Amino acid sequence: MKTRLLPLSLIALLSLVSCQTMESATSIATTIGQSTGVVSSSQADSIQKTARAVSRSAEEFTPEQEYYIGRSVGAVVLTKYPAHEDDKVNQYLNIIGQTLAQASDMPGIFGGYHFLVLNSNEINAFATPSGLVFVTRGLLRCCRNEDALAAVLAHEIGHIELRHGMQAIKKARITEALTTIAAEGAKTFGSKEVAALTETFGGTITDITNTMIEKGYSRSAEYEADLKAVKLLRRVGYDPNGLVEMLTAMKKNLKAGGLDFAKTHPSPENRIEEIQKDGIQYATVKIPTARQQRFQQMLGKI
Amino acid sequence: MIRLEGIIFVVICSFFCFVISGPAQAANTMSVQIKEGQVRSTPSFLGTIVAKLAYGDSVEIIQDQGAWKKVALRGGVQGWIHTSALSEKSIILKAGAKNVQTSATGSEIALAGKGFSEQVEKQYKSLNRNINYAWIDRMEKFQVSPEQMQAFLKQGGVAPAKGGAQ
Ligand SMILES: [Zn+2]
Repeated sequence: MKTRLLPLSLIALLSLVSCQTMESATSIATTIGQSTGVVSSSQADSIQKTARAVSRSAEEFTPEQEYYIGRSVGAVVLTKYPAHEDDKVNQYLNIIGQTLAQASDMPGIFGGYHFLVLNSNEINAFATPSGLVFVTRGLLRCCRNEDALAAVLAHEIGHIELRHGMQAIKKARITEALTTIAAEGAKTFGSKEVAALTETFGGTITDITNTMIEKGYSRSAEYEADLKAVKLLRRVGYDPNGLVEMLTAMKKNLKAGGLDFAKTHPSPENRIEEIQKDGIQYATVKIPTARQQRFQQMLGKI
Repeated sequence: MIRLEGIIFVVICSFFCFVISGPAQAANTMSVQIKEGQVRSTPSFLGTIVAKLAYGDSVEIIQDQGAWKKVALRGGVQGWIHTSALSEKSIILKAGAKNVQTSATGSEIALAGKGFSEQVEKQYKSLNRNINYAWIDRMEKFQVSPEQMQAFLKQGGVAPAKGGAQ
C-alpha cells in the first residue's frame, strides 16, 4: 500500500497545474452547462464576466454609488416630464414591472426596481442605473394589452441589466471619479472633498442624461435590450409577440421629427425585423379574458 | 485496491488545490451588496421569502445553482439568494468603522457610504434647486410583495415557463 501511493510532491504539482487551468475550466464548464441546458446563455455570460479580470470601468462603482447616480438621473428626468399622479395605474405598472425584474438576470439591485408613468404625450421611456423606470402616457397608448405593456417594461429592464446608462459615462469621468473616491478622506458636508466629489457627480449625471434623453443609446444597444425583453417575457409567461404588437402600434403613433423614440430609438420596423431574426414568428397574441379586463380597466383611458 | 487509491488521489489533489488557490477560490462567505437581500425557500423568483438581510450582512455559501446561491444564516436558517445581490468583498458599514477608512481601497473591502453618497446627493441638490427628489422618494415606496406577484400572475393566467422560472 505504502509503495503504491504517489509521492506527495507529484500530487502537489499535479493539483497546482489543475488550479492554474481553473479559468479555462470555467469556460469549458460553462459551455458544457450551456449545451446541456443547465445554464442559460445569459447566465453563462455573467459567469464568464466574473471569471475575467475587470478593467477600470463603470463597473467599479459599487451598487450603492450606482443607486445615488440613478436617483439623480431620475430627478433630472422629472424636471422635464411631470409624474402622472394616478396611484392605481402606477401600482399596476409596478406589479408587472417588479415581477419581471425579479425574474430577470439582475433582480438584486441596491434600492430595487420602481416604475412611474409620466404625464406626457411623447412616446418615450427612460431607465436609470439602479432601477428607476419612467414610461410616458404616449408610449402606454401604444399598448393594446398587458403583454405589450410587459414588453415595454422588459425592454427598459434590459437597459438596466445591460448597464447602458452607466456605459454612457465618459471614460475620463470614470477615471476622475474613481481617483477622487479612492483619495477620499474623512469628509464633511461642504468640505473640499465633498465639493470635488459633487462636481464629478454632476458631470456623471450630465453624461448619462445627455445620452439617455437627448442622443439615445446605440442601435445595437436597443436591439440587445429587445432581445433581453423577449427572453424575460418568455420566462415569466407573457407572449414575446406583445413586443411586436406594441412596435406595430408605435409605428402608427410616432410622428416624424419627434424628440422622443422617433429620435432616440431605431424605427419600429427595424426593431421588429431584428426580433424576428431571433426566431420570433408573429402570431396574434391571445389574452385570457381576466387579463384583458384588468388591462382595460387600468389603461383603457390612459 | 486500485479504486481506493484513485479516490485518495482525488481527495488529496482537491485538498491541495483548495489550499494553494486560497480565499479567492474558496469564497465561502459573501456580503449583501444591496439595501435588502431576500432569502427564498427555492432558487426561483417565485420562492417565498424566508429571511431578509441588510446591506453589509455576510452569508455563508453552501451550494450553487445557476444564478442562485444557497446560504446559511445565523440561527440555522437556510435559503436561496440571487448572485446579483452578493459581493465577494466584505462591506464595512461606516458607523463605528473609522479605522477602516484608510485601508478601504483594497480589493477585498468595500466601505459603505464612500464616494457618491447621500451627502454628495445633498450637496448636488443644494447646487441644483430646480431638481426635485420628492417623486423619486415616492417611487421608492412602490413595493410589491412576492404574494402579490403570485396572486397577480395567477389571476391573469400568466404562467411562468417550467424550469425557466429562475
Ligand atoms: Zn430602449
